[in-house]
Amino acid sequence: MESFKKKYWKINLKYLSILLSIWFLVSFVFGILLVDELNTIRIGGFKLGFWFAQQGSIYVFVILIFVYVLLMNRLDKKFGFDK
Amino acid sequence: MDLQFWTWIIVGITFAIYIGIAIWTRAGSTKEFYVAGGGVSPLANGLATAADWMSAASFLSMAGIISFSGYDGSVYLMGWTGGYVLLALLLAPYLRKFGKFTVPDFIGDRYYSNIARSVAVFCALLVSFTYVAGQMRGVGLVFSRFLEVDINTGVIIGMIIVLFYAVLGGMKGITYTQVAQYCVLIFAYMVPAIFISIQMTGNPIPQLGFGGMDENGVYLLDKLDGLHRDLGFASYTSGGKSTLDIFFITAALMLGTAGLPHVIVRFFTVKKVSDARKSAGWALLFIAILYTTAPAIAVFSRTNLIETVSNKEIDKLPDWFKNWEKTGLISLEDKNADGKVQYFSDTSKNELTVDKDIMVLANPEIANLPNWVIALVAAGGLAAALSTAAGLLLVISSSVSHDLIKKMINPKISEKNELIAARLSAVVAVCVAGYFGINPPDFVAATVALAFGLAAASFFPAIVLGIFDKRMNKEGAIVGMVFGILFMLFYMMKFKFDWFGGGTEKDWWFGISPEGFGTVAMFANFITSIVISKFTPPPPIKVQKIVENIRIPSDAGNATH
Repeated sequence: MESFKKKYWKINLKYLSILLSIWFLVSFVFGILLVDELNTIRIGGFKLGFWFAQQGSIYVFVILIFVYVLLMNRLDKKFGFDK
Repeated sequence: MDLQFWTWIIVGITFAIYIGIAIWTRAGSTKEFYVAGGGVSPLANGLATAADWMSAASFLSMAGIISFSGYDGSVYLMGWTGGYVLLALLLAPYLRKFGKFTVPDFIGDRYYSNIARSVAVFCALLVSFTYVAGQMRGVGLVFSRFLEVDINTGVIIGMIIVLFYAVLGGMKGITYTQVAQYCVLIFAYMVPAIFISIQMTGNPIPQLGFGGMDENGVYLLDKLDGLHRDLGFASYTSGGKSTLDIFFITAALMLGTAGLPHVIVRFFTVKKVSDARKSAGWALLFIAILYTTAPAIAVFSRTNLIETVSNKEIDKLPDWFKNWEKTGLISLEDKNADGKVQYFSDTSKNELTVDKDIMVLANPEIANLPNWVIALVAAGGLAAALSTAAGLLLVISSSVSHDLIKKMINPKISEKNELIAARLSAVVAVCVAGYFGINPPDFVAATVALAFGLAAASFFPAIVLGIFDKRMNKEGAIVGMVFGILFMLFYMMKFKFDWFGGGTEKDWWFGISPEGFGTVAMFANFITSIVISKFTPPPPIKVQKIVENIRIPSDAGNATH
């Protein structure tokens, strides 16, 4: 049972590290660190870096949470922790 | 019908709804008072969290701040939404599994120490009080502009309403009024935004509209960058702050969001762990609707403002200009006496001063929208301020009645007396908040933004380590929290209040502003905690079992004392 729980926790940590890397990438990297470079690319009226900082990162944040909800619901079910 | 009539009608109806809900959802037990009985659906909790979260500052000031700072305003947009990812992934599910009533409950039990609990109570009160004073002020401002009552009378009306449903309903009353308040505030925010987006770009979706073109086929953002260049301001889409400072401020706001007690407790109100995750998703979705609209409003109103007033004859300025001039929030001084408005970045030539806070409030008037839309904005601003104030007051009252009285001073207190104590502390908290709303101390404006730094520096590391580091002990956590919050307070007082020798912008350490320093203090807290825990005994087996238990979502049970 203990190793069973440990395995569940490990998978959870793996999900966390992947999703939080994306979280960091869209906000801190695209929206802040690389903003000038990305601003040379344009999508319609938006410069891409500016768009990530004021729009894109927020959309990705919402998607990240719902992806986590789906992944964890599936994982809980697989391990029988969904009761 | 005139504006004031509409405002009384719409504000009156919304207030009647809030009071009706409060009577209908009275709290009968401490569990209902602290966590709404623990059976709130994820969707309702998402709505309530969104209203709880979006304060007078989000609703009234944010678009205006972005409007005047362009790209630099992104720190608020990313900072105040990105924190929810941390909440959903790192905190909410585990705290819900832990199943207690308050944040100091978690800190006190996880670190098996009443000292840790007291430090947490102190931090919770400090953060919540600095935050709530600003909300009451916001209520007063809306009343004074739209209903032409004195600011202080406005604050008192707001106090009575909040008192009514926070004291009567506790968390249960607050939750369901917040659901209603979210609906009011989002409707009030979106209606003028959609109207203006259609007017300026022909696109009804503001999020797309501000990347669109005006009637001459020029992209709106390019036009605004051009206007800014002509008037000598920094380019709208690139801003003026240093990259490092933007990075640190954004991080401090995100980490602070995830550490604010009034947001965290909302996740104690749902039935199970998976509901806590889900409601964080709903909450961010509902928040994102407003937060992705705000930068669009910022661009629309900035362009509108410059085009309406810059280089125009003073006698021919529209009515809204004169209305707002009366409040002192816009002022004009014809320095070169040519009868025209000169609006420049250069202060020696500039003749126009516009307060950031009026951009959202004046926007519908600038765009010539009907009176009922303007009245709606007033009701929305009140909903935003009241819902946040109520959430904060609940944290304050439960810190006193539950964490201080029940857990430390008198553990034998009966359920009935604890409920009375909770209600009494809510009354006292409302009065203190109202007092600060009427007599705002100078530091209020400065500290509301800094409340995030304080939360990031104190709670965030203690909670995250409590969940993810089984070896973390009371010595590490207590010293970390105390050091983190003192370090943050020191930097804030030095550079904001001129204590400890003071200093100006060029004395900032590594160019990091006090607003961004929360990130540094948070790292200091993390490192201190980890180092100290290595040299002190591990936590008792019983506590290690608690940590193992909160990592597994099943059998969450009900929230208990």
